[in-house]
Amino acid sequence: MNKIKSAFKNGKAFIPFITCGDPDLETTEQAVYAMKEAGADLIELGIPFSDPTAEGPVIQGANVRALAGGVTTDKIFDMVQRIRANTQIPMVFMTYANVVFSYGSERFIKRAAELGMDGIILPDLPYEEKEEFDPLCRQYEVALISLIAPTSEERIAMIAKEASGFVYCVSSLGVTGVRSGITTNVGAMVKKVKEVRDIPCAIGFGISTPEQAKTMAQYADGVIVGSAIVKLCAQHGKKCVPYVKEYVKSMKDAIRS
Amino acid sequence: MSKGRFGVHGGQYMPETLMNAVIELEEAYEHYKNDPEFNAELTDLLNNYAGRPSRLYYADHMTKDLGGAKIYLKREDLNHTGAHKINNVLGQVLLAKKMGKTRVIAETGAGQHGVATATAAALMGLECEVFMGKEDTERQALNVYRMRLLGAKVHAVTSGTATLKDAVSEAMREWTSRVADTHYVIGSTMGPHPFPTIVRDFQAVISKEMKQQCLAAEGKLPDAVLACVGGGSNAIGSFYHFIEDKEVQLIGCEAAGRGVNTAETAATIATGREGIFHGMKSYFCQDEFGQIAPVYSISAGLDYPGIGPEHAMLYDTGRAQYVPVTDDEAVDAFEYLSRIEGIIPAIESAHAISYAMKLAPTMAKEQVIIITISGRGDKDCAAIARYRGEDIHE
Repeated sequence: MNKIKSAFKNGKAFIPFITCGDPDLETTEQAVYAMKEAGADLIELGIPFSDPTAEGPVIQGANVRALAGGVTTDKIFDMVQRIRANTQIPMVFMTYANVVFSYGSERFIKRAAELGMDGIILPDLPYEEKEEFDPLCRQYEVALISLIAPTSEERIAMIAKEASGFVYCVSSLGVTGVRSGITTNVGAMVKKVKEVRDIPCAIGFGISTPEQAKTMAQYADGVIVGSAIVKLCAQHGKKCVPYVKEYVKSMKDAIRS
Repeated sequence: MSKGRFGVHGGQYMPETLMNAVIELEEAYEHYKNDPEFNAELTDLLNNYAGRPSRLYYADHMTKDLGGAKIYLKREDLNHTGAHKINNVLGQVLLAKKMGKTRVIAETGAGQHGVATATAAALMGLECEVFMGKEDTERQALNVYRMRLLGAKVHAVTSGTATLKDAVSEAMREWTSRVADTHYVIGSTMGPHPFPTIVRDFQAVISKEMKQQCLAAEGKLPDAVLACVGGGSNAIGSFYHFIEDKEVQLIGCEAAGRGVNTAETAATIATGREGIFHGMKSYFCQDEFGQIAPVYSISAGLDYPGIGPEHAMLYDTGRAQYVPVTDDEAVDAFEYLSRIEGIIPAIESAHAISYAMKLAPTMAKEQVIIITISGRGDKDCAAIARYRGEDIHE
């Protein structure tokens, strides 16, 4: 049913994130193709939100620019439709609960499924509230991705037991963004998941260099990178695609070896 | 349905990173709220430090001038630090201390909650950092100095619209980055469970006193209780002990800004719809795609795009009504109360006074209205003077 599993079949998975519509949706679309060619295994498409409380300054800035440029959920759906005419690479949305809820939860999830989206990540939806969307996600076969954090501890088993797609392991406290070092024992977090279930685990938050990616890939099935890519989009604007491609290739190469 | 629901509203829509912190808080609160020692300490602080009980003042001139219902003012403006915010803050900071936290963070709009938190932190020896929208640090520069004077660090928030909602977002971000030793003192009856309940309980002292004071003065319950509503903490505190007394009308006064038919408004019930934001399901001002609206009000304390989940439920069930009041009407009421009773109310509270000015003349002389004066207006004088075209700066 779901393409997410296949993303973890090609060795360690590299999962880039991009904010849709920064600088514009045409560039985002081209960046998706470029990231796929560069070796990305699964792509996270960020639907911008006015008040992204889990994001650091880099992705906050991208959200502001994308919304100021007139990006809407419907325009992003249209872009996904164009992308799906060209590639079947596994893709998930990353956004906030209100973007889905306000669109009409069923309307949103049904549309995402029809367009061939494979999952949704909502950082403001913890285990306790997943009933809000999970039954619909199961009905339409869109994986609602669960997150675990360094503070989750004994919650990990409960979360892992009911997780879909893959488990998003948040590497550090705080918000998204580049960090010089990751001090959490992510290996122990992943181990707690695997004790309960054999479900892919991908580590995100704070990873930007090939060295970090390589280290993190030892502990998990995949590595997620957001801010470092969004930064390239901010720096190079409409000319960002080759830079993003080169970066994704360097990251995939680092975790492949 | 998950915990902390008020009808369909409320819940805990929070990053996983904070879930153990809110669970720990809930457990601690469930323990201490029934702990006689905790309650004795809190009562002592409320009475001997904050100056409770606050007065229920009969506004004779206003009553005569409006020619209808008898008007009483619940004087939360006379509390230490000049607003109702201290009620909640003393409770939460005491709770944080009992939980072994050494640091508190808070958001603030007008600065009242920030000043109250900085005050309680100074009193109880905790480190304090306050997040305030940059625009608000300019509107309320004196309060920024007050917080610094009290030993707090003030962060001017530049993200988003640089107002209250962004201060809340930034405080939440800060809490996810340092959660073990830090308690987030949310200032209103909002956010994820258990905050709406904790804040309501600590503010419910307002209606508890009000009820006793009104019975003592009038021998009956009031016919209407009015309070301004942003997130809604002074309003829920003013309503709470009357919710079961169906004959008491409960009226929340929202900030309509330049009018509910303009984009420059913060009237959530009048213009918002159901959404999920800042940890809760409730009503929010938002566009068709769920993007939170950049709201506006002359009052920094009501300049918030949402309303607490318990208010959302009181609205759904019809138990309380919510009315919009514009900037112009609030400023008129600010000046009116100053002149007629010699009481300068906070511009937030002036929203409730404004609606009382419309309501009282329609009521009989033996009927009773209580208006909560949630804070004093000294902080607003320069801004209102400028609104009236005077060149005054703090």
